[in-house]
Amino acid sequence: MPGEVNTVSAVAEAPAVAAEATSGASQAPAATSDAVPAASAPLTTGATAVLDILLAEGVDTIFGYPGGAIIPIYDALYDFNDRLNHVLVRHEQGGIHAAQGYARASGRVGVVFATSGPGATNLVTGLADAQIDSTPLVCITGQVFAHLLGTDAFQETDIINITTPVTKWNYQVTKAEEIPEALAKAFYIARSGRPGPVLIDITKNAQLQPFHFAPYVPCTHIRSYRPKPVVRPEYLREAAALINQAERPFVLWGQGVILGKAELEFKAFLEKSGIPAAWTILGAGALPTSHPLNVGMLGMHGNYGPNVLTNECDVLIAIGMRFDDRVTGRLDKYAHQAQVIHLDIDPTEIDKNVPATVPVWGDCKETLPLLTALIEPKTHPEWHERFKGYMAEEVAAVINDELFPTGEELTMGEVLHQLNELTQGEAIIVTDVGQHQMVACRYARFNHTRSNITSGGLGTMGFALPAAIGAKFGAPERPVVAIIGDGGIQMTIQELGTIMQTGVEVKIIILNNRFLGMARQWQELFIARRYSFVDIQSPDYVAVAAGYRIAGRRVEAREDLQPALRQMLAQPGSFLLEVLVAKENNIFPMVPQGCSVAEIRLR
Amino acid sequence: MSQPPDRQEYNITAYTENQVGLLNRIAIIFSRRKINIDSLNVSPSEIEGIHRFNIVITETEEVVSKLAGQIEKQVEVLKVYHNPNADVIWQEMALYKVPTDVIAEKASVERLLRENGARAVVIRKDYTVFETTGHREETDALIKVLQPYGLIEFVRSARIAIIKASDGFNHKLREFERREPGEEVAENEFLNSRDAVFTM
Repeated sequence: MPGEVNTVSAVAEAPAVAAEATSGASQAPAATSDAVPAASAPLTTGATAVLDILLAEGVDTIFGYPGGAIIPIYDALYDFNDRLNHVLVRHEQGGIHAAQGYARASGRVGVVFATSGPGATNLVTGLADAQIDSTPLVCITGQVFAHLLGTDAFQETDIINITTPVTKWNYQVTKAEEIPEALAKAFYIARSGRPGPVLIDITKNAQLQPFHFAPYVPCTHIRSYRPKPVVRPEYLREAAALINQAERPFVLWGQGVILGKAELEFKAFLEKSGIPAAWTILGAGALPTSHPLNVGMLGMHGNYGPNVLTNECDVLIAIGMRFDDRVTGRLDKYAHQAQVIHLDIDPTEIDKNVPATVPVWGDCKETLPLLTALIEPKTHPEWHERFKGYMAEEVAAVINDELFPTGEELTMGEVLHQLNELTQGEAIIVTDVGQHQMVACRYARFNHTRSNITSGGLGTMGFALPAAIGAKFGAPERPVVAIIGDGGIQMTIQELGTIMQTGVEVKIIILNNRFLGMARQWQELFIARRYSFVDIQSPDYVAVAAGYRIAGRRVEAREDLQPALRQMLAQPGSFLLEVLVAKENNIFPMVPQGCSVAEIRLR
Repeated sequence: MSQPPDRQEYNITAYTENQVGLLNRIAIIFSRRKINIDSLNVSPSEIEGIHRFNIVITETEEVVSKLAGQIEKQVEVLKVYHNPNADVIWQEMALYKVPTDVIAEKASVERLLRENGARAVVIRKDYTVFETTGHREETDALIKVLQPYGLIEFVRSARIAIIKASDGFNHKLREFERREPGEEVAENEFLNSRDAVFTM
């Protein structure tokens, strides 16, 4: 046993990405083990090799749930307890959302273990979420013995075909010798290029089988896969020329800036160009909320100015964003007047929804500094005034009432405002999906990148609680506040058990409006208040939390809100704070579906 | 349903690794968008270990170029081209099984077969199998010809197509095998015709 581990730890000390592959990992499975004569490599079971490889890839935390077909890996894990932190979740969906939270908070690959059959199918929602939000994950599922494949064996499901549309790559391992190459490719594919989830399905015989495990070689090249485009300077020159002659340039940025770890390069570009910049909800935090060039949020419930002025700018510079329909509204009335510069690492995003005048295909960590070097310093004061004007209108019409309400009922916005006062923008905010999500994204203050963790593309209710658990494991030094509606919390409330067992410190705020609020808002505004199955009842959350030995408090009155938030943040350990907010508040501004961004409504 | 005039047959050519599950990964790119595949041929290419897909669909240039991009984005796909029929040389093969006695008795059938460029593959006492290659209309025409003479069975292959303008894939593959891509490996050129924007 110790001999096997030593073989790998020598590799583990070298940074995985810098390690030079000596054999093409994309070749046939035998290629990796050819590096060392097979017979001289130590005999290791497939299960132990999996864990050795996780260590070599720098993994420290695994979110998982055991079961029949993955028992050999869990058995091996018994001996790795001192080197790998395994978090036992309460449901595999919770496990994968936790891994997403971990990945989004830390910038590393999230790792999930699940068993075959229902264990594997429970990952599907999280895979779809990670795929659409470009989150790097490696999910390892157990599978029935290879000789039973296709026989409807107990807990057999065709997880490879089920997950094909929702993974960047997947692969079924049926022999232990395939494990090193499959996992090396899995980590490489998950984290490189546009990141995404990878699923490796390992049959039980492959986990049990001993094989000659040669020193592990991380994958650095797959011949059919080009994650890093070569930057074409002529397009950067065209982009710079457009920017230099622009009178009303406007930057839209998305998560690409964060995924590319290009926050500094982005800030330098903005500060030299003086261009106002607005964010998609996954891009939030890449530039601090308080930065003078940050003009707010895009999209359906984004800020007034950024939406209206999208249709008035002359050059639109999209950086690491994909023109989702929730951002663009009606496409045939979207920014027709503008020349569009689109920076993206994924060529299929360029021209997908909005035709680009100048496509800049590349990693924005590389392209942004090159572009910054070519542009002239500017400030665009008059253009900034336009944004300020719209913001003043929005403050008067919407924001004041939301953050400083005078009515008796509490608003979601004032909870966020009070929270900002206490956390000063230092916390990681994890949100679920719905009205509270839009309020949190609109009003939460972010000083740092990787601070806004939310289910953007898929809109997965039930995401926040497990994602917050994972975020805390991924960034243990930072406070993590989950903001969840009364609908979403009930979808994955079982993960309170994970908090109880691990002692992870997550602050949970339930904004309870006794409704499935976003659906109710649509029914109110567009379907004449026909409230069809949106009134949802809640349990006594504080009592539920107490059952899990988690401290809790319920707040109904304004004077109790700030003391309760203080108590939540000050008290060590997890805390569940339920805030009863107005039942029928609506989120404004709003770009109604089928309308142009310029038709955004303030009320 | 009337078709917009810009919809036409496109030939998608994809070079891929030979990997279990890749056919499904490519097929669902079409089915997700409810696009029917008119013809699909997958076979080994001239390079060992590399397979070539020939996929025929009827769509607009915009849709086809986006689909091609989505296919090329798959990890195990090396290269994708898309071409309208005018830009390719294409063929389908067809087999026709007819009763031998009819052929033997009626000289006119033999003449018809010769006119249609068919050749006998198997001749048995009870039946004869003819083969022809050509465009859809040509293989269809022979069905009509043979129908009155007791056509027993018919089968047609998927389409295979050679791109007129291609300068071969061999040299490109060598580039793919290098760690650092060279300028001449034009990838994603299908995205638009904007002068090799997406080359690497």
